[in-house]
Amino acid sequence: MLYRENGQFKTTYAADQQTFPIAQDRWAILAILAFAFLGVPLFVDEYLLRAILIPFLILSLAALGVNILVGYCGQITLGAGAFMAVGAYAAYNFHIRIEGLPLLLTLLFGGVAAALVGIVFGIPSLRVRGLYLAVATLAAQFLTDWVFLRVPWFTNYSSSGSVSVANLQILGWQIAEPIDKYLFCLSWLTVFALLAKNMTRCAAGRQWMAIRDMDVAAEVIGIRPMVAKLSAFAVSSFFVGIAGALWGFVHLASWEPAAFSVDRSFQLLFMVIIGGLGSIMGSFFGAAFIVVLPIALNQFLPALGRLLGVTVSTAGVAHAELIVFGVLIVFFLIKEPHGLARLWSTGKEKLRLWPFPH
Amino acid sequence: MNMRQIVIGASATAAVLSSLFNASAAFAQAKEQFFPVLVYRTGAYSANGSQWANGYVDYLKLTNARGGINGVKVSFEECETAYATDRGVECYERLKGKNGGGTVFQPLSTGITFALTEKAPVDKIPLITAGYGRSESQNGAVFTWNFPLLGTYWVGADVAIQHIAKKEGGLAKLKGKKVALVYHDSPYGKEPIQILQELGKTYGFDVLLLPVAHPGVEQKATWLQIRQQKPDYVLLWGWGVMNSTALREAQATGYPRDRMMGIWWAGAEPDVKDVAEGAKGYSALTLQHGAEPGSKVVREVLDLVYAKGQGTGPKDEVGQVLYMRGLISAMLAVEGVRKAQERFGKGKVMTGEQVRWGLENLNLDQKSLDALGFAGVMRPVQTSCLDHMGSSWVRVHTWNGSKWEFSSDWYQADEKVVRPMVMLASSKYAEEKKLKPRTPEECRK
Amino acid sequence: MGFFFETLIGGLMAGMLYSLVALGFVLIFKASGVFNFAQGAMVLFAALAMARLSVWIPECLGIDGRVLGNTLAFVVAGALMFVVAWLVERFVLRHLVNQEGATLLMATLGVAYVLEGVGTSVFGTEVYKIDVGMPKDPVLILEGSFEGGLLINKEDFVAALVAALLVALLALFFQKTSTGRALRAVADDHQAAQSIGIPLGRIWVIVWFVAGLVALVAGIIWGSKLGVQFSLATVALRALPVVILGGLTSVPGAIIGGLIIGVGEKLSEVYLGPYIGGGIEIWFSYQLALVFLLFRPQGLFGEKIIDRV
Repeated sequence: MLYRENGQFKTTYAADQQTFPIAQDRWAILAILAFAFLGVPLFVDEYLLRAILIPFLILSLAALGVNILVGYCGQITLGAGAFMAVGAYAAYNFHIRIEGLPLLLTLLFGGVAAALVGIVFGIPSLRVRGLYLAVATLAAQFLTDWVFLRVPWFTNYSSSGSVSVANLQILGWQIAEPIDKYLFCLSWLTVFALLAKNMTRCAAGRQWMAIRDMDVAAEVIGIRPMVAKLSAFAVSSFFVGIAGALWGFVHLASWEPAAFSVDRSFQLLFMVIIGGLGSIMGSFFGAAFIVVLPIALNQFLPALGRLLGVTVSTAGVAHAELIVFGVLIVFFLIKEPHGLARLWSTGKEKLRLWPFPH
Repeated sequence: MNMRQIVIGASATAAVLSSLFNASAAFAQAKEQFFPVLVYRTGAYSANGSQWANGYVDYLKLTNARGGINGVKVSFEECETAYATDRGVECYERLKGKNGGGTVFQPLSTGITFALTEKAPVDKIPLITAGYGRSESQNGAVFTWNFPLLGTYWVGADVAIQHIAKKEGGLAKLKGKKVALVYHDSPYGKEPIQILQELGKTYGFDVLLLPVAHPGVEQKATWLQIRQQKPDYVLLWGWGVMNSTALREAQATGYPRDRMMGIWWAGAEPDVKDVAEGAKGYSALTLQHGAEPGSKVVREVLDLVYAKGQGTGPKDEVGQVLYMRGLISAMLAVEGVRKAQERFGKGKVMTGEQVRWGLENLNLDQKSLDALGFAGVMRPVQTSCLDHMGSSWVRVHTWNGSKWEFSSDWYQADEKVVRPMVMLASSKYAEEKKLKPRTPEECRK
Repeated sequence: MGFFFETLIGGLMAGMLYSLVALGFVLIFKASGVFNFAQGAMVLFAALAMARLSVWIPECLGIDGRVLGNTLAFVVAGALMFVVAWLVERFVLRHLVNQEGATLLMATLGVAYVLEGVGTSVFGTEVYKIDVGMPKDPVLILEGSFEGGLLINKEDFVAALVAALLVALLALFFQKTSTGRALRAVADDHQAAQSIGIPLGRIWVIVWFVAGLVALVAGIIWGSKLGVQFSLATVALRALPVVILGGLTSVPGAIIGGLIIGVGEKLSEVYLGPYIGGGIEIWFSYQLALVFLLFRPQGLFGEKIIDRV
């Protein structure tokens, strides 16, 4: 009843092709954005901001990037953590080596560096496919882990190899309090999510999808696989690199290569697959699922134990957390192999007919 | 799954979650000194992490059994970090405001220490990194909230060289020797490199660097290189499974174990237990801790905690090396609070800022150590505003095939070597961060 | 020269062990098209079971003697791996038939979490040892031909022998038994195999069970070498380049790939490492695999990928 598009007539091409063609969607997005920018800061506490919302926003951005590559272009990657690391360390080097470089540019340059590295590691995708490619991208992961540990120049010759940044500001806006960090990350995410949404609707996005669905057929109809695949790698790594820079600069403020280990790569791929391949919305669902679930389990299981009158040891909780996490992943994959985003769109379909389903 | 189920599920989850938050709000009323405990009882390093955590928690329980800190009861909560930095940060954020605020944090991981070093000054909670963390944080003028009490990796590396020199018969004999460092390829493992190279230049020995990638289960190439290069000594800066693997590979390549020496993370029972005879003669550094199953404090733990069935870990591990490490770490935190109470009011709950004062003015002389039951376990510690380390006493212990035995007298790190490096590194940090080091006047406040 | 041979032999021995883990991947991929990331967790789980049971069973039954205790533990651990295989088929694979590779891969990661969680909570998180009586001390051979002789680790040697034996047994099983033939039929074409009456579900249980047994043997060898500990699960990451180098569907590929990777990474670490900082073996093996892939995208022995539009 509420979510119905009858009567919304499109009289121009522009109206027909806009990003959100349904009026309710437009309003919903605006409402969510308004809520995120204005509502959330009013009532969240520091813990929620620092431990959940900021990581969620940054990892959503990274998941968006991975989704462009895996979901839209069909190239499975297990090396996303590497591009986060490149983004973070490149931004760090721009930050300390160029005096007075604005923070925005620093982060963007970090993304650009990640994109360049992404293109290099995308080259094997021209020859190698599927699971072989997935494993091949691990090469990027282990190589960058090593480079940032071993080449002292990247870490500005710090004795232990970890780096830190401080005094982040844009035009006098000090990004120090959690709420500032939250708004800062949220702005990046909003801009990039809209960018991703539109990119997947334009020529580049259509080329990626054609490559994903059948690369030989795509080649036959005149899409250059090299351009399409490498551009997907570049755009994806750019997103992931910026997420990495934000993770280092804003979330951790001080980090070592282990912050972007192979576990991070797996985590990002998880987000994309649980959330939904080839869906912008799915990246958010996936990130929320993977960020919140372990923390929620970690707090929920001891409480459940108390309720039942047993004290669960920390190790017991951690093990149970692993088991429940694993079971839930399998459960979701079985129930909805196309990810949480599919549940969302099924829900929307139902809502269209509600309250009078056939 | 249809929409209805989802809605019901979501609202049920929300209800449970909100009840959880309410429950934690109710706890906050209690008048107790709250100690957050970051641990890792799972993951690649669990065997070592669990023992430390058991010791730490047992001491907090013992403190309550002894009547609290001047009557103030101690409460604590564990949070599992699995040795991951982001999990550690989440734990920190979760616990720092709970139950009236966390007293001190002991991150128990170099990575988490680095991340929390940036956060602690904002939240005004001291960090104790007893024996680990960043070595330059000894300088309390710059690192105002970090306390690497009882020594750092730089202290360890310096003493390791002193011990080798003593075995060889003097520092002059080091000339032309070759010392290999087999290290965990992470900030933790890289900490000693700088000082070893410095010492190598001074005394004329070569340093051979052999990194081992995490988690260190494959070291054949490393030990082949050792066999080829034939270093006179091997320093092991390893961790968890990497240590036992290194010892096995040493056995397999025939490198004499009595020429190997580990840092304290590479010198506890889990590292050598199942190599047993194969590790005989291997020694490791202890920064004021060591297997002390007969000490008074251990007997007290057994009587007051374990006898009542409140022990955290298995009884036979009480008094082992890393257990003692946990015990001592907890004792330092508790004594910091006690010291703070002397100034800010006995029998009151201390804030993080007050505890920092306590930790900066810690003065554990022999008498107070005896009273606490630590006679013979450790040596006196005295900190100051500018020196957050307190003491740099180190002993060496050796594995005899079934247990660790002390095999050296007390050493002390060479201030002439360590101090300039600390000052240099910390002033570089201050410069990067645009921090103004504290002056002695500010300290007195 | 002697040192070069030592490195070479060390690499071959390590490679043999990688092959053993890689074999588990290949078996499962061949029969069910699942890239089983849980293989590492299976190695851990099996090794943990073996290590603990070899202590618990003698204690419980009051029997003495290492051989009997170990044999019983091996049998029970094997039975556990069968249960794991059955559970995985019943609750995971059966519901995911015809899904995409990436989805299946993620599902096995879920299985890996469950196995790690269950394994460590049932069997504990400490370092345990498996004592199957492997010789630990090194021997020197050919002292006449090389200066200082060749140092050979007897334990590695025995391990490599066991691995080779296991591979031979598996080859026999695949080629000569009717179950083996059915397995190969399923590997070639699921639908065709099903249409001639081969029960897919049972075949999957068998394959996962065989992979579980391979994991058990790998776990025992690694565990006896290193001690059984959580990190054992990470040997899977070392075996991945082996799998793609040799080809996902080829048993001989896993063996040859393992040897190439083993030798490649040891030689690179020893001869190249000192010049660029050391610790390079893990990424070097991946790069090596990548170079091979650029020439043969399906791995050395993998089935040729044919595109049809």
